[in-house]
Amino acid sequence: MWKKIYAWLDERLGLQEMYTSILDRPEPKGNWWNTLGSASLFLFLLQGATGIFLTVYYTPSPDHAYDSIQYIMESVAFGWLIRGIHHWGATLMVLVVFIHMLRVYITASYKYPRELTWLIGVGLLITTLGMGFTGYLLPWNQRAFWATTVGTQIAGSVPFIGNFILKALRGGPDLSALTLQRFFSAHIWMLPAILAALIGVHLYLIIKHGESHFPTEED
Amino acid sequence: MSGSRHMSRRDFVKLSTAILGSFIGAVIGIPAIGYLIAPALREDKAGKPVVIGNLKDIPIGKPFPFSFTVTKVNGWERTASSFGGFVIRKSEAKEDILVLSSRCTHLSCRVNWEENRQVFVCPCHDANFSLEGKVLNGPPPAPLGKFEYQVQDDGTLVIIPLEVLQEA
Repeated sequence: MWKKIYAWLDERLGLQEMYTSILDRPEPKGNWWNTLGSASLFLFLLQGATGIFLTVYYTPSPDHAYDSIQYIMESVAFGWLIRGIHHWGATLMVLVVFIHMLRVYITASYKYPRELTWLIGVGLLITTLGMGFTGYLLPWNQRAFWATTVGTQIAGSVPFIGNFILKALRGGPDLSALTLQRFFSAHIWMLPAILAALIGVHLYLIIKHGESHFPTEED
Repeated sequence: MSGSRHMSRRDFVKLSTAILGSFIGAVIGIPAIGYLIAPALREDKAGKPVVIGNLKDIPIGKPFPFSFTVTKVNGWERTASSFGGFVIRKSEAKEDILVLSSRCTHLSCRVNWEENRQVFVCPCHDANFSLEGKVLNGPPPAPLGKFEYQVQDDGTLVIIPLEVLQEA
C-alpha cells in the first residue's frame, strides 16, 4: 500500500533522484569541521521557527515592545524557552557562520571553481550580522536603545553621505517608533528573504561542485 | 543470531528510532502548542463579588447610588471600566432588595435618580424609568439591567458585577 503510494509519487516527483543528488552525493573524506555549513543551515531554520512564534505576541511599537516581551517571558507558557532559544541561537549562529568561514579559508575551499560559493558566503555572513543588529533593537530596553543609537551613529560617520545613511537607517534624525518599525520589518521580512535566497544559491553551488577535499602535500 | 525470541537488529533500530522520534516530537510539540494556546487557558478574572456597603447605611425607599471599577487584564494591557447602579430597599426585609444597573438600555448613558418626579432620567434622550427599572417613556428597548446580590450575616451587601438584563 505505502510502497505503491511512494512509487506513484516518486515517478512524478523524482524523490529518489532528489535524495541521491542532495543527501547521498559522494563526499571526500572530511571531519567535523565540514559540518558547520549544515549547522548554520539548522540554526537559520531554528531562528526562523522560533522567530515566527515570537511574532505571535511581540508588538513592534515603543508603547508595547518592552511589555510584550515581559509578557512572553513571564505569562506565556514556554515563552521563556522560545525567546531563550531565539536569543542564544542568534549568538550561536554568528559564531558558527564565522567559524565555517574560517574553515573554508584554512582548507582553501574558496578556490576554483568555488569562488562564487565563497562570495555568496560573504553575503550570508553580512546578512547574518544584519539580522543580529536589527534584532538587538527589538526588546526596546536601555541596552537595545543605546546600542542602536551608537550603531547608527557609526554608520553616520561615513564621509559626505553619512548623515543620509543615519537618517535612512533611523527613519529620521532620531531613534523613534519609525526606527523600531523598520528594524522589525528588516528583521522579519527583508533580511530573511535575502538570507533564504542566498542560501538557496549557496546550496545549489555546493551540490553542483561537490565538497572540496582537503589539500594534500602535492597541492 | 535471529532467534524467534530475539529482536533483529533492524527491528531494534526501527523501534528505538520511533521511540526517540516521538520523544523529540513531544519535547518540541508540547511547548509549541502550549505557547500558542496560553492566553486561552487563562482564568477569566472578571466577575468577582463587589462589596457595596452595609445595609444599615442604605436608606429604605430611596435609590442608593453606588459605583465600582472592574480592571480587565488582556495580555500586558489593563483596562479599567467603571460601572454604577442603585440599591433599592423597599422594606427592612433582607430579601426586599433590588440592585439596578444605571446603564440605560438604549445607548449606555448613565441614568440619574430624580427625587421630585420619582423616576430615573437618562441625560441623553430624556428617557424615564420607574423605581423598579421599567421603561416609562423614551427610546430604551428594555428595562434597566439588574445585579445579582447577597446579604452577608453582618448586613454587608455584595453584588456579582455582571449585569443581568430583564425582560421587557
